Amino acid sequence: MTPISFALAHSLPEVVLAVGALALLMLGVFRARDGRDWIISECAIAVLGLAFLLLFVGAGPKVVVFDGAFIDDAYGRYMKGLALIGSIVTLLLSLDYMRREKIDLFEFPVLVILATLGMLMLISAQTLISLYLGLELMSLALYVIAAFHRDNVRASEAGLKYFALGALSSGMLLYGASLLYGFAGTVSLQGIAAAINGKANIGVIFGLVFMLAGLSFKMSVVPFHMWTPDVYEGAPTPVTAFFASAAKMAAVAITMRLVVTAFPGVTDQWRQILIFVSILSMALGAFAAIGQTNIKRLMAYSSIGHMGFALVGLAAGTEQGVQGVLVYLSIYLTMTLGTFAAILSMRVGDVYVEKISDLAGLSRTNGTMALFLSAMMLSLAGIPPLAGFFAKWYVFNAAIQAHLYPLAVIGVLMSVVACFYYLRIVKVIYFDEPAPGFERASPAVTAVLIVASLLVVFFSFWPGPLDVAAAAAAKSLF
Amino acid sequence: MQIGLTHYLSVAAILFTLGVLGIILNRKNIIIILMSVEMILLSVNINLVTFSTFLGDLTGQVFSLFILTVAAAEAAIGLAILVTYYRNRGSIAVEDINMMKG
Repeated sequence: MTPISFALAHSLPEVVLAVGALALLMLGVFRARDGRDWIISECAIAVLGLAFLLLFVGAGPKVVVFDGAFIDDAYGRYMKGLALIGSIVTLLLSLDYMRREKIDLFEFPVLVILATLGMLMLISAQTLISLYLGLELMSLALYVIAAFHRDNVRASEAGLKYFALGALSSGMLLYGASLLYGFAGTVSLQGIAAAINGKANIGVIFGLVFMLAGLSFKMSVVPFHMWTPDVYEGAPTPVTAFFASAAKMAAVAITMRLVVTAFPGVTDQWRQILIFVSILSMALGAFAAIGQTNIKRLMAYSSIGHMGFALVGLAAGTEQGVQGVLVYLSIYLTMTLGTFAAILSMRVGDVYVEKISDLAGLSRTNGTMALFLSAMMLSLAGIPPLAGFFAKWYVFNAAIQAHLYPLAVIGVLMSVVACFYYLRIVKVIYFDEPAPGFERASPAVTAVLIVASLLVVFFSFWPGPLDVAAAAAAKSLF
Repeated sequence: MQIGLTHYLSVAAILFTLGVLGIILNRKNIIIILMSVEMILLSVNINLVTFSTFLGDLTGQVFSLFILTVAAAEAAIGLAILVTYYRNRGSIAVEDINMMKG
């Protein structure tokens, strides 16, 4: 039994978020006039920023606290960093949007902090119980913010769809967890690995399949992706950015932790599943996005495809593969947040537009934004000097090292197909007759777009720090 | 006849299947989806409590208490979202949830 101060010292970011969320809720209830945001969003950004800084405090070898429920290791800190960046940028993007749509209520930043707290707990989960609690804390907050625009029929429909399918996925995950508990006799991930000892019986395999199905919902990979396009389209745009960035980071992080920590001896069992969902996701992401006219819907299919690419690295099941996934996720996070910053800059008069045709001739009405958005699109497509190419290179390289040649070949072919719709957007921006120009975006949104574009364009000159951090994180997982 | 582990697990599996089918096949009403979700969670609880008894380990019962708590929160949020949806759309029929598709 470790003293409580030791345990709290190793979960400082979570403590800060939990206390911060409660404090801001109180502040909002007692001080904010007619439920308006007041300064809660700014305070929430500060709280999340503090949690981010605390990730760099006291980093060391892996420590398991709270009776084996919570692990503090380099892998967890890396993924928590990504999730926190996603949340902070989401709040920065939301400031102006929420005010203009007249939904700038103080509950929104509080819910974002609670969802982020759930993600952090999920990333550090070391037993099935803490995994489930983290996942639900994240999901319950996400259901509410998906339907946050409560006078808008599309937003409440998005919330309803997300809730119904999310609840189903939690049920499947739990059913798998109950089978794992029954057949391994413990809820601890390491205990499960010890109990399986390289030979999985049928109960454990069923449990594994159900758990992966539940997590696939949260990662939105095929065949559990049905909710993604509708929810991405209907939810308020900053919320969509949150779903596409932070929520995915947490879901992929716990999937990797689960298969690597609890099922190290039965790689062949889960590799088949991951190869299957990865190929299907890459294919669907590439083909279904071609006919889309709404850019948020297009980003939904794009994110399904990108999750498929990320899982290629995990299917390799090696340390190198995990490192590839970590690099992929970091770059994907940058590209997604940058693209959503561009989508949030698409405002004609007082109306936020989201059709691809609204981008027509952007090069002539707003040349800078056209350049940055094109950089994002080319990077998402994986065109060489940009960061997106290196992300794909890492995961495909890991797959080839693990002798998964067909998977790597299919992945490359699918990324060629996916190029089509990204390039179509670039074509619309540069060669079509101009549509009405956009209003000036808020400074925060512009700053996010510029920073993300610069990171994506200049990544290839300075990839060292990310590579080193991802390698250290991947090493700590094994 | 002795009621053993298999019987309990079969009941849980049947309840789980019914719950999943209720969500997927249901064409009428969103309340039925909420009920199906509850049924899935309760089938999981049967599983956990059974395993807990047969393993002689309390963890499963602790887990099922957590699930009951979270299920209450989940139902509350589901109903709240349902109410906002009804206010906007004036219907809670499953076939009316069709604003977005493609």
